[in-house]
Formats: sequence, structure tokens, C-alpha cells
Amino acid sequence: MAVVFEKTNMLTDAPFHYCPGCTHGVIHRLAAEVVEEMGLQEKAVGVAPVGCAVFAYRYFNCDMFEAAHGRAPAVATGVKRARPDACVFTYQGDGDLASIGTAEIVHAAHRGEKITTIFVNNAIYGMTGGQMAPTTLVGQKTSTSPYGRDKDWCGAPIRMSEMLATIEGAAFIERVALNNNANIVKAKKAIRKAFECQMAGKGFSMVEVLSTCPTNWGMNPVEAMKWLEENMIPYYPLGNFREVQ
Amino acid sequence: MAKILMKGNEAIAEAAIRAGCRFFFGYPITPQTEVPEYMAARMPEIGGCFLQAESEVAAINMVYGAAGTGVRVMTSSSSPGVSLKQEGISYIAGAELPCVIINVMRGGPGLGGIQASQGDYFQSTRGGGHGDYRCIVYAPASVQEVVDLMGVAFDAADQYRCPAMIVADGIIGQMMEPVELPEPYEYKVDTEKKPWAATGWKPGDKKERAVINSLYIEVDELHELNTRLQARYREIEKNEVRYEVYGDEDAELVVCAYGTVARICKAAIDELRDKGLKVKLIRPITLWPFPVDCVKAAAEAPEVKAVLTVELNAGQMLEDVKLAVNGAKPVEFLGNPGSKMPTVEEICEKLLAMSKGEE
Amino acid sequence: MVRITINEELCKGCSLCARACPKQILEISRDKLNAKGYHPAEPVNPEACIACASCARTCPDVAIRIERE
Repeated sequence: MAVVFEKTNMLTDAPFHYCPGCTHGVIHRLAAEVVEEMGLQEKAVGVAPVGCAVFAYRYFNCDMFEAAHGRAPAVATGVKRARPDACVFTYQGDGDLASIGTAEIVHAAHRGEKITTIFVNNAIYGMTGGQMAPTTLVGQKTSTSPYGRDKDWCGAPIRMSEMLATIEGAAFIERVALNNNANIVKAKKAIRKAFECQMAGKGFSMVEVLSTCPTNWGMNPVEAMKWLEENMIPYYPLGNFREVQ
Repeated sequence: MAKILMKGNEAIAEAAIRAGCRFFFGYPITPQTEVPEYMAARMPEIGGCFLQAESEVAAINMVYGAAGTGVRVMTSSSSPGVSLKQEGISYIAGAELPCVIINVMRGGPGLGGIQASQGDYFQSTRGGGHGDYRCIVYAPASVQEVVDLMGVAFDAADQYRCPAMIVADGIIGQMMEPVELPEPYEYKVDTEKKPWAATGWKPGDKKERAVINSLYIEVDELHELNTRLQARYREIEKNEVRYEVYGDEDAELVVCAYGTVARICKAAIDELRDKGLKVKLIRPITLWPFPVDCVKAAAEAPEVKAVLTVELNAGQMLEDVKLAVNGAKPVEFLGNPGSKMPTVEEICEKLLAMSKGEE
Repeated sequence: MVRITINEELCKGCSLCARACPKQILEISRDKLNAKGYHPAEPVNPEACIACASCARTCPDVAIRIERE
């Protein structure tokens, strides 16, 4: 029998702690496969965030750091400066990257820090139980926006990819989704390009992955995918925002 | 090596480089800014890394990242900036990483001022951030002592896998004094000595992959971390206490002071000796671990009437002195919060009054 | 012939594999229960499988392995 698909060795055997249908697991797999396929496992250093992916250090089978909330790009900077040959990536959610860690991500991009960021945008705080994120859509109900996000009160959802794409040091910025097989394949291609960009020393690279949070959205995983397609993709258009040749 | 005249902050930077530090992440703030400035010029000359971070928060997290790879790394700041670093210092302590943090202290609270202060004694010696942890805290009283303590601080940080902090009041950072610099030391990461460091890993390697982390979600696991840390802190208390004793052995009064303030106390002690009053100074060089036994023994000596603590704050080390003296003798305080330095005259006056039994 | 191996202990019964399958091969089991208390997915007509691995790629728990002759 020929193997068509099996779990990559860049993921440990630890079972994911994520809720049923949460797409974190898919994103872990894609990043891990890319690192393995590029032969970078020995050089790989990942930085986990605070948020649902806080245990990412249990899953990526390489040297790992667990950073304080939002600080992963700064920690990754320290690692990369100390080990310039390493393949350094951060894995961050929307609260981590787009709220508490905006200074760190903006300046990592601005310095053209040769790291790769996997940014998981599911429009909500997952780990703390479904609070409003900076990426929560207008009208979306969360436990801290129980009447729906009010744009006049707390602003419109932030589009990080578009914002970071304006920064000269950012060499690769793309937004992808995992709502169907074709998009999963595209997401992996983007992650691969991001890592290639880092290893070629071009600058900062980030892939924003639109993700679901069935538990805190109050939907089953299949409904959540539909909600993502109908609500998130129109506000957060997929595609490449910056690619320095 | 011949003595050269150097500004404290520049000596701090050069001494760190000579102690094997090749990574520096910092942010400008008065009165420590000459440290990053010096590093910015010097690091590229020796193949090291100076990076100006976007904030003190980012700088300390860069330290966390670099320290996790095993290299010798440092950051420096002044009081408000060190407050910002506290989150990161707690994570560094929790992840059991070595690094050196410089605090060239200025007056507070808030923005306070830019003159010298010792107002961060509590913050430095009690951990400073959240959780039960400590930093080894050195308080030099001269530019030469900053230089001498730098290698000690890096070695201790490596040995105990904890942050070491040098708290120099603003005067130490800003004044120029003759110093003798040590021979440069080239530090190489030894994976045998630092098996926990993220130096690269692949399946089949003898060592386990590095996980630099301070998260222990299970109560028992967190307890295990804390037990390990506390045991290490007891070792530090046993091995790393440093202090200087100055003045008369058979003194009737004991003064406790550190940093620049201790130098003023020395001048006062010399002056009082001429007036026939014998006073002994105990100058803690490590603020944590605090020289408890030395202070206790001094206070318990039968000829000693009382103890005076002099600080450039509202009385912070005072609490440690009182704990050490433990009621054996009266403990009095002289000092000012903010940056108003106690004078030789004030100290003499206070000690003379204490000698006469006046409050 | 295609072999679909689902690690039932990893499966959380989220149904995304069933949604992804172009041949409607996978269903969530009604009677099986794994140690975590989830009803795992199972192939109901594996002979129709074309080994496209869409199920495996969409599985958030990387619980599916696909082999073919």
C-alpha cells in the first residue's frame, strides 16, 4: 500500500486539546508539513502565543518557546538575532497579535525581521471563553459584546494583513481560509512561500488564516464553516497583499 | 591593565561585553541611555547584536528569546522602563532562563524625575512582577564595582538559571571614575552545560527538544516548578550574599546603606570618628540575597546601641534590616523618597543624636 | 483499493471530514463512543473512495490516514 496521506513527523503524538471542529489543528498541520518538507525541522524554532494555541509547544516537534501574551514576535526576534540561521516562526491568534501584541507585530514587520508569523483569525477570544476580539465583526455577539459589536462604541474590526502590507519590511503577507479543500491547498502554498521568504532573508512574512471557533460562535463545525464563508470572507478578503520578489 | 576614566553607564556596557555578553536589547530612557548608545557603537565591532526595541516590553521579551538559545544577553533601563519589563522578567524567572538586567534607578513614582534614586528596592528584591520569584540583585557603589560585578552577575545567572539584576542609582550611571577593566571573556554556548537551550533539535538526538516555557497548568506541576525555584533561591541565599563592612569593629552604632548613599555614610563615619563616635557601616552588595546574618550579628553585639538605615527612598531596605535585627536593637531611618540625597551633615547629626539616646 | 484508517481515539466527531468528502463515504458513528466521549467518524462505503484525501486534509485532529494499492 502506498501512503497517500499521513501525519507529519513535525507534529508530536500529543493529541490536540482543541474543541471539535476547531481549525487550529489544520493550521498546525500545514505549518508543520511545510517545515518538514523544506527540511527545516532541525533549524525550526516556534514561538507559541497566549490564547487557544498556548499549548502549541506540545504539538510542534521542534525547539519551542511559549511567549507572554502578544510578545511572540519580540521573543522570535531575540531567537532569530541569536541564531540567524534558524527558521523561526510565531503562531498567534487575533487577541494575541491584533490586540495586546500590535506593537510587537508591527515592529517585527517594520524591522523586516526574518521570521514567519502564522496569524489565526477567528474573530473571537477562544481560550477565555468567547469575548470580543479586535477582529470580531460588526454586529457579532460575544460575551463582551452581548448586543453585537457596536462600531461607534468600539470601532470596526481590524484588518491586520492590509495594515501590515503597507510596511516596507514586510516581504510576504497573504490571507487564506480553510473552508474547502482547494483553500486548504492554497493555504499551505502561502505558508510555504512565507517560510521560503524567511529562509531567503527577504524580510518579515505572515499568513493570516481565517479560522472557525464553533464552540464560542455557538454553532456546529459545519455551520461555523458556512458562517465563515458568508460573513468573514466578505469582510476579510482572501489573497496576497504583499510579495517582495 | 591600566586604569581609564569612564562614565558609569559606558563602563556597564563595556564590562558586559567583556563578560561575554553579545546580545543587547534596549530602549532609551534617562539616566541609562549611554548603555544602549555604547552598545550600539561597540556591538557591531565585535560581531555582537545591539537592537533598539520598540519598547521596554519588547526588549525584555527579546532577551527572553535570546536567553532561551543559551547566549549571554542583557537589557538595561531606568525605573519606569524597568516597571514595563516586569512582565517579561517574571516569564524569564518562570522559564528558568539566565540574563542580566540593569536598572539605573531614578526617582518615582510615575515619571518621577531623572535624578538618582533607590526607590526600586522593593521592586527589585521582591521579584517585581507576578508570582513567587526572585532576581539576584547587586547594588554597586562605584563605577569600578559595577565593572567587577558584571562577570559575577552573568555567572550567577547562568549557574542558577535566573535573572540577575544590577541596580545602580543614577549617580553611578552618570558619574565618571577611574576603572580597571577585566580581560575580555569569549562566551560560547555549551550544550552540555545548557541542555535546556534551544540550539536546534531533530528526532533521534540524545537531548530532548527544547521547550522554553513557564506554563504549568496542572497544580502539581506548577508546585514542582515553584519547589524547584524556592530550593534554588535557598542555595542563592546560602552562597551568594555579598557585603562590605566599613568602620570601627567596636562601634556603638551600625549604619546600613548601599550604593552611592553608602559612600556618603562612609564620609559621615570618618567625620564622626574624629569626633569620638565609633560607627560601623554594613553595605549590602547583594540586596537579594540580603546579608541577614551579618546585620543580625552586628545588631546583637553588646556594645551596639542602635541601627540606622540610610536610603534614597522612603525606607525600603529598612524592612529587611528590621527583619534581620528582629527587635534586638532599635532601628531608625534617615532618607528621602524621590531624589533628595541625604547629606553627610544630616547623617552625622542623626547618628550623634542616636548616640545620645535622643529620638 | 483504498484503505482509510481513522484514529478513533483522536476523532472528535466534528463532521468536517464528512462535509469534505466528494463521495459521501464518511459518517459520524451513532453507536461507537471513544474514550473522550465523542462519536467518531467512520467510512460507510469505503469501496467508493477515490483517495483524494480531502477528509484527511480537513481533519483538525489529523486523525485520518489514507493508503492505496
